[in-house]
Amino acid sequence: MLKVEGLHTYYGRAHILADVGLEVAQGEVVVLLGRNGAGKSTTLKSIIGLVPPAEGRISFRGTSIAGRQPYEIARLGLGYVPEERRIFTELTVDENLEVGRRSANGTTPVWTPDRLFVLFPNLARMRERAGSQMSGGEQQMLTIARTLMGNPACLLLDEPSEGLAPVIVEQMADTILELKREGMTVLLSEQNLRFAHAVADRALIIEKGRIRFAGTMAELMANEAVRTQYLRL
Amino acid sequence: MDLILIQTLNGLASASSLFLVASGLSIIFGVTRVVNFAHGSFYMLGAYIAWSLVSRFGSASALGFWGGVLLAALLVGLVGLLIEIALLRRIYQAPELFQLLATFGVVLMVQDVALASWGPQDLLGPRAPGLRSFVSIFGNRFPTYELFLIVLGPIVLGALWLLFNKTRWGTLVRAATLDREMVGALGVNQRLLFTSVFFLGSCLAGLGGALQLPREAVNLHMDLSIIAEAFVVVVVGGLGSVTGAYLAAVLIGVMHAFGILIFPKITLVLVFLIMAVVLIVRPHGLMGRKPSLVQQGATMREPLLSPATREIKLLGAAALAVLAIAPLLLGNYGVSLLTELVILTLFAASLHFMMGPGGLASFGHAAYFGLGAYGAALAAKWLAAPMAAGLLFAPFLAGLAGVVFGWFCVRLSGVYLAMLTLAFAQIAWSVAFQWVELTGGDNGILGVWPAPWAAGKTTYYYLALVLCTALVLALRVAIFSPFGYALRAGRDSPVRAEAIGLNVTRINWLAFIIAAIAAGIAGGLYAYFKGSVFPTYMAISKSVDALLMVLLGGVQTVSGPIVGAFAFAWLQDWLVRGIAEYWRLVLGSAIVVLVLAFPQGLVGTALRWRGRSQDDDVPAEAVR
Repeated sequence: MLKVEGLHTYYGRAHILADVGLEVAQGEVVVLLGRNGAGKSTTLKSIIGLVPPAEGRISFRGTSIAGRQPYEIARLGLGYVPEERRIFTELTVDENLEVGRRSANGTTPVWTPDRLFVLFPNLARMRERAGSQMSGGEQQMLTIARTLMGNPACLLLDEPSEGLAPVIVEQMADTILELKREGMTVLLSEQNLRFAHAVADRALIIEKGRIRFAGTMAELMANEAVRTQYLRL
Repeated sequence: MDLILIQTLNGLASASSLFLVASGLSIIFGVTRVVNFAHGSFYMLGAYIAWSLVSRFGSASALGFWGGVLLAALLVGLVGLLIEIALLRRIYQAPELFQLLATFGVVLMVQDVALASWGPQDLLGPRAPGLRSFVSIFGNRFPTYELFLIVLGPIVLGALWLLFNKTRWGTLVRAATLDREMVGALGVNQRLLFTSVFFLGSCLAGLGGALQLPREAVNLHMDLSIIAEAFVVVVVGGLGSVTGAYLAAVLIGVMHAFGILIFPKITLVLVFLIMAVVLIVRPHGLMGRKPSLVQQGATMREPLLSPATREIKLLGAAALAVLAIAPLLLGNYGVSLLTELVILTLFAASLHFMMGPGGLASFGHAAYFGLGAYGAALAAKWLAAPMAAGLLFAPFLAGLAGVVFGWFCVRLSGVYLAMLTLAFAQIAWSVAFQWVELTGGDNGILGVWPAPWAAGKTTYYYLALVLCTALVLALRVAIFSPFGYALRAGRDSPVRAEAIGLNVTRINWLAFIIAAIAAGIAGGLYAYFKGSVFPTYMAISKSVDALLMVLLGGVQTVSGPIVGAFAFAWLQDWLVRGIAEYWRLVLGSAIVVLVLAFPQGLVGTALRWRGRSQDDDVPAEAVR
């Protein structure tokens, strides 16, 4: 579904991503693990086009998307959920969802506000509330719901568990598993190994802008050495 | 009692047209973050185009008049659309000041296009069919057209509210105002959104202008007079807030109407006093909010100021030597030109001092230059002061204005600051223009001659050269002194600078005052050089001259403004002598082309070619 090869990204002259490659198959949940500043967010931003890569091929459902505008990439069915949540603080929950709304393109389930409120019951109780009046967990739910309104075929989730209370993290994991059951393809970045273990089929480890490990989640859990080298703080 | 009512109604009527223009400006700024200087030009074009259309369709029929007015608004919208696509789209990522400057280039171009199309004479518009009569209010005759305008304001406000709150387009626009990048990542084509917003805003300005037809004669000065007031309305109301713009327009319209009764001499000052009071109480306007940090992060990083290398110092010394022996080689005209150049260099360097290291972009720096000139002239005229005293009084007056105006300005940043400095410059200008008894008004003050010992052209040149060189070097020393470092720290990260104990507001204030004093000395020298002063010394165009010099040279070097002043003076001399007619069109196009071609300025571009790019040593952490 999503394939990245030889991706190089720079901020000014700083080389952030070097030869990053990854692949996500239909219906799969893949996690990109790594420490702060390893290049996780940049990888996702390069894919969605917010930080245009200098080099590399990115194809999504057979279409080459490297170098395209973010809105064009999003319209092809790639949904991006940013790390900082970036909900529209002065818009209500309903209005935030409205901004994300795009018509379905056949292959994916059709998300409506009503279906999303089943998935995120908290949001149903605050449809008229302004984004700035919501808690961090509620904002995180809203930002995912907002992206789902575009009926994407694949989700890019940037650190969905970051800064959330443990009970909300569990809800978040359930939500992702629910989306997987619906047939959603997910590429997420994470620092929380437990959370990643709960949701992901496969794992990639990125360190200093290079992919250092790729394998199934079970392989990573069995490989103490890799975890110590790249993930332990 | 009657008078109060009538004046209130008068105020409300002018508030409506002011609101139409200001709301367009505010909407455009909210989404694109561009302060569109050309918005006043759209207003003027609306009036001119409506005049032509109504004349052609026949002003007697309702269809002819109202059809002409509406069509004019749409045509102005199309002009805005073209300008957005051809120009603004390319500079959305450029620093704010370049955007302001580019749209000012459009102002100049539109002025000459209007002059060529409609001629220099004022054009009287027809009355509106069906609204030509008067109604009697407490025995006073009040025009029905004014009543129509009073009603129109709230109707447009309501329509805009519905558009922004009840349509998908409006929701997208509000979302883009908050975080336009995220809107794009959700699949919305921002370009289309920006263009449509620009179209709407331009239509509103055009409508505002077209509706003025029955009220006042169409003339070539409508653009700059409305833009200054619209800036005030938008700053008072809060940038990006349409409701705020309406409240502010009403406040200013009504105060203006009463001001004419009470202080007919200083109505313009009154408008700006209201603004000052509102900004003390609410720094971001009546309905405005503090701009969020996300958006500030999206703008360009401030360039690094590098100390001069050995070669550049040698080059500077050589240039100074050339300037010192130049009078021996040049005739009278050449010496005069050089004197003006040297004075302009100090003017440019003073603006650079607050703009470069301070990050305080002033759009009204001519105020301090002009106040310096008036300081010298007033001292000469009223106190019969000798030149030395006049040259001392010049920076005193300019510095005093710097203390007062600066106190307000340094509390804001970015475009807010630029708009406020512009507004203060307009106050200074209107005092010089309106207070005829003191300043001679439009006729200026004549007979400001230097002392006998400095009366010779060459002697005066050397006097200017010595004073200006000393002051430019002093400013340079200040930039690389601890004060200069503190100033730059405050510019780059106000929060961190505050955290290490720097009082950023006070440091900026001090920089503002120093810049004002230096500009005042330049103005004083200029007054004695020309022998006369006029309100135009403080006009918007003079402030833009200074900005052009600094930006032409580049903000990131100390030598930039000096090179820029010389390049600018040469360009202007060439323009005025070469093509007397339509020089605005040429200058405006030149500004637009320069902004598009050299977003780094001349010196910045030269440095880039030499490979001394500012990107060199930016640590990866800083940009992540």
